[in-house]
Amino acid sequence: MSSLWMWILLACAAAYATKIIGYLVPAAWLQHRLVTQISGVLTVALLAALVAMNTFSGDDGLSFDARVGALLAAAVALLLRAPFIVVVLVGAAAAAGLRLLGVQ
Amino acid sequence: MHDAPKDDGRLLRLTPAARAGLSVSFAVALYGLSFGALSVASGLTFWQTVALSALMFTGGSQFALIGVLASGGSPATAFTGATLLSVRNTIYAVQLKALLNPTGLARYGAAQVTIDESMAVATAQQTQAERRRGFWITGVGVYIGWNIATVIGAVAGDHIAEPEALGLDGAVVAAFLALLWPRLRSKEPWALAVLAALVTTLTMPAVPAGIPILIAAGVAVIWGLISARRQEAVSRA
Repeated sequence: MSSLWMWILLACAAAYATKIIGYLVPAAWLQHRLVTQISGVLTVALLAALVAMNTFSGDDGLSFDARVGALLAAAVALLLRAPFIVVVLVGAAAAAGLRLLGVQ
Repeated sequence: MHDAPKDDGRLLRLTPAARAGLSVSFAVALYGLSFGALSVASGLTFWQTVALSALMFTGGSQFALIGVLASGGSPATAFTGATLLSVRNTIYAVQLKALLNPTGLARYGAAQVTIDESMAVATAQQTQAERRRGFWITGVGVYIGWNIATVIGAVAGDHIAEPEALGLDGAVVAAFLALLWPRLRSKEPWALAVLAALVTTLTMPAVPAGIPILIAAGVAVIWGLISARRQEAVSRA
C-alpha cells in the first residue's frame, strides 16, 4: 500500500475519531464555555482560510484569476439570499464564464 | 407538543424537517460532484476518492485534504489540515448527544453522519421527533447523495481535461463562502473571517501549502481566548 493511501486512511480514522469522541466523552467536559467559544471562532477562521486558499492559491504563491470573479459572484448570490445550490452554480458559472471571456 | 398535529414519531414522514433534510441533501450532492472531479484532478485515484467520501465524510476536511495535496503540500500536512477542520464535528456530536442521545450501535452510525448540515437541520427543529427526523434524514440523505455524486464526479472528472473550464474551482470557492456565510451574522465573526483570510493569503507565498490554514487556526484560538477573557471581565464588572 502506498504511503498516500496510509495517510488517507489515517485521516479518515482521525475524522471519525473527532466525531465519535463527542458522543463518548461526558457532555459536561465539552460544554465548558471556553471550549464552545474557541470551537465557534475556529470554524469561522478555518472556513474563511479555506475560502482565501481556494481563491488565491497559485503555483508560486498567489494567483489572481477567474476564481476571484467566482468569489464575488457567490457573495452577490448570498446577499440575494440564494440557496446553497444556486450559490455553488453561480460560482461555477462565473469562473467558467470569465474563462470563456479570456480571463485566466 | 400537544398543540402540534399528531406526530406518531415515525422517522420517515414528509414533515418540515424531512423536507429541509432532503433539499439540503440534494444541494450538497452537486458539491460532491465537484469533490469527485477535483479529487481525481488533484492526483488521487478513483478508489482513494471514493474512500474519502465513504469513510471521512466531512466535506470541508475532504476538500482541505485534496486542496493541500493539489497545491503540492505533503500528505502529513494534508492530514493535519483535514483533521483540524473536523474538530468542529466534536462539538456538534456533543450537542447532538445532548439533544438525541443515540445509544448502542446507532451512536456509531450517528457519529459517521455528524456534519454541519445534519447538526444544523436537527438543532433548528422544535420537537424531539422533528429533531430526530432532521438529523437522520439529513445525515443519511447527504451521505447517500454525497457518495453517489463523488463517484459520478470522479468518473466524469477523468474525462474532463480541464475541470477549470467548467468552473469547478469557482464552485468550490462559492461553496466554502456559502458554508461560512450563515456564521457571519455580527461584526465579530466578520472581523475574524477577514483576519483569517488575510493571514492565510499573506502567508501563502511564504510557507508550505496547508500551513497557512494552521496559522489561521492559531490566530482563531488566540482570538477565542482574548474574547472569552473580555466577556468574563464584562460580566464581572
